Amino acid sequence: MTDTVIRIEGLDFRWPGAARSCLDIPSFQVERGEHLFLHGESGSGKTTLLNLLAGVLTPQSGQLELLGQNLKAMASARRDHYRVDHVGFIFQQFNLIPYLSALDNVLLPCRFSSRRRLRAEEQAGSQRDAAQSLLSHLDLNEGLWSRSATQLSVGQQQRVAAARALIGRPEIIIADEPTSALDAERQTAFLDLLRRECAAANATLLFVSHDKRLASGFSRQAAMAEINRIHGEGAA
Amino acid sequence: MKPLLTLALKSAWNRRYTLGLTMIAVALSVTLLLGIERLRHDAHEGFAQSVSGTDLVVGPRSSPIQLLLYAVFHLGEATNNMEWSSVQAIARNPAVAWVIPLSLGDSHKGFPVLATNEDYFKYFHYGDHHPLEVAQGKPFHDLYDAVLGAEVASRLHYKLGDTIVLSHGMSGTHLTDHADKPFHVVGILARTGTPVDRTVHISLAAMEAIHIDWQGGAPIPGFAIPPQLASKFDLTPKTVTAMLVGLHSRIQVFALQREIASFDAEPLMAILPGVALDQLWDLMGVAERVLLAVSGLVVAVSLAGLVAVVLAGLNERRRELAILRSVGAGPWHLVFLLTLEGAAVTIAGVVVGTVLLTVLAAILGPWAELRYGVVVHAALPGLEELKLLGLVVVVGTLASLLPGLRAYRMALADGLTPRV
Repeated sequence: MTDTVIRIEGLDFRWPGAARSCLDIPSFQVERGEHLFLHGESGSGKTTLLNLLAGVLTPQSGQLELLGQNLKAMASARRDHYRVDHVGFIFQQFNLIPYLSALDNVLLPCRFSSRRRLRAEEQAGSQRDAAQSLLSHLDLNEGLWSRSATQLSVGQQQRVAAARALIGRPEIIIADEPTSALDAERQTAFLDLLRRECAAANATLLFVSHDKRLASGFSRQAAMAEINRIHGEGAA
Repeated sequence: MKPLLTLALKSAWNRRYTLGLTMIAVALSVTLLLGIERLRHDAHEGFAQSVSGTDLVVGPRSSPIQLLLYAVFHLGEATNNMEWSSVQAIARNPAVAWVIPLSLGDSHKGFPVLATNEDYFKYFHYGDHHPLEVAQGKPFHDLYDAVLGAEVASRLHYKLGDTIVLSHGMSGTHLTDHADKPFHVVGILARTGTPVDRTVHISLAAMEAIHIDWQGGAPIPGFAIPPQLASKFDLTPKTVTAMLVGLHSRIQVFALQREIASFDAEPLMAILPGVALDQLWDLMGVAERVLLAVSGLVVAVSLAGLVAVVLAGLNERRRELAILRSVGAGPWHLVFLLTLEGAAVTIAGVVVGTVLLTVLAAILGPWAELRYGVVVHAALPGLEELKLLGLVVVVGTLASLLPGLRAYRMALADGLTPRV
């Protein structure tokens, strides 16, 4: 296996029906174990890039490799499977399913991916134990585990989302503005926790935000404006 | 698909009030559909069984349905009568086991009066070869005795010993009464669910007696024979309206039918009641099909409501669906999730609707039968009904593909970041 977990070469993406491209990335790589802070204003194309990395969108041309596998060559069902096997996602806010308990939310990836389930069992004996240990590590005490997502504070919800991304040790964690709903003090605390757990799980972290102040503590920084040749209106 | 089942269940539970109301709408429409189907079926059954054991209905030559209408349903008026001598001639035929002569033309408060003889109580059968049962009293014996059908008695609140006056003619508002010769109620028949319930029965002799001082449909002016004196006259009928014939063996039915059709003394006709009943039912089939179509529409409307509710909920669930995608659900998982939900609500509605109808039939059935003479059985759904219910489930599931496919398109357009 290569040490490059994300490799993009000559990627070009255009929304169907759009007059011009939205993303044009000549080259972009993320190495194994890196904690990369990707800075991007809204409209810089970062959301589109994340959807491409998730295999939900496919580029018109260019190479897009995740862990050495070409996403473009896969059928869409295979991409859905590959995504949950190898990537954990954390989004801005409200990213828990409201009718499931915190614990069941964390266990969701194990329901769709046998690889994540097996790795969770390997690590902690059972997927439940793995989820509980992750929740404890993220400072969520036992009393909160069975609560439904709506009964948790925004900060607690984000930590549950982080545990869900981390369960079963996927190689890549992609976080999209996960701290925007938190106050400054909690932002720092959450980022410390997230980086610590990614390091413990040996996961590569791709952290996307418009807020440059959060960049300290990451092993590398990049900006959408540098990697994407399209600027302004076309990108989204 | 297995992880999705528990998810679908929990998601549906989260929206249980909306889905519950939708389910109730489907259930009520299924109750209506099934109720109408059952009423229709029972009505057809009751109709087909309004006469049984009778091999031929014989009357003056006219149309078979007309003969059936007045001989079995006591509706309409016979244009011609048949001679009493013909009745006797047919009764003497070696193939014939029994005959019941029928004479119509009078009425009591809108209910038809049927003049016949005591063989009526012996040989007339309905339903599944049920003989008539006298619930109270006895069959007529004296000249001015009347035996009432169950509905006549219950509607007009008659009891044994009451005195009733018959009117000349079957319908209309200005009927002349046979007020000089009143009848006594001596018997009330058990309910049959057939036209017998709506009929007043008297003897053929009584029919002669009340018309003895009549001519051309009106009393002869200045000429009245008091009731006691009427019995002194010969009260053998000269004509009757029709007759029911039972044979020793059903094999002879067509031979006798032909024989009666070529009867020498007068033009007669013999019909097989089952065949004519089917023809008549076909005539009324339009109303029946309209009824079924209307209840089918009600089901369609409730299923459209179901689809609308699931579709409307889809926008609120956009984020939920996007999260499911991020943890590995493919677009087809979402189609399955939403279709499953619609199908489950439909199935629940069908089950609840069926149970509701059974409970309603069990509780209200006896009351409806007593009050309206409508028989609704509280029974498990039959094959035809199961087919109908299956159709509802299939249509509901297919309709639920609609929100499923919409979710599919949304999933492709939104990716992991719904534009809410």
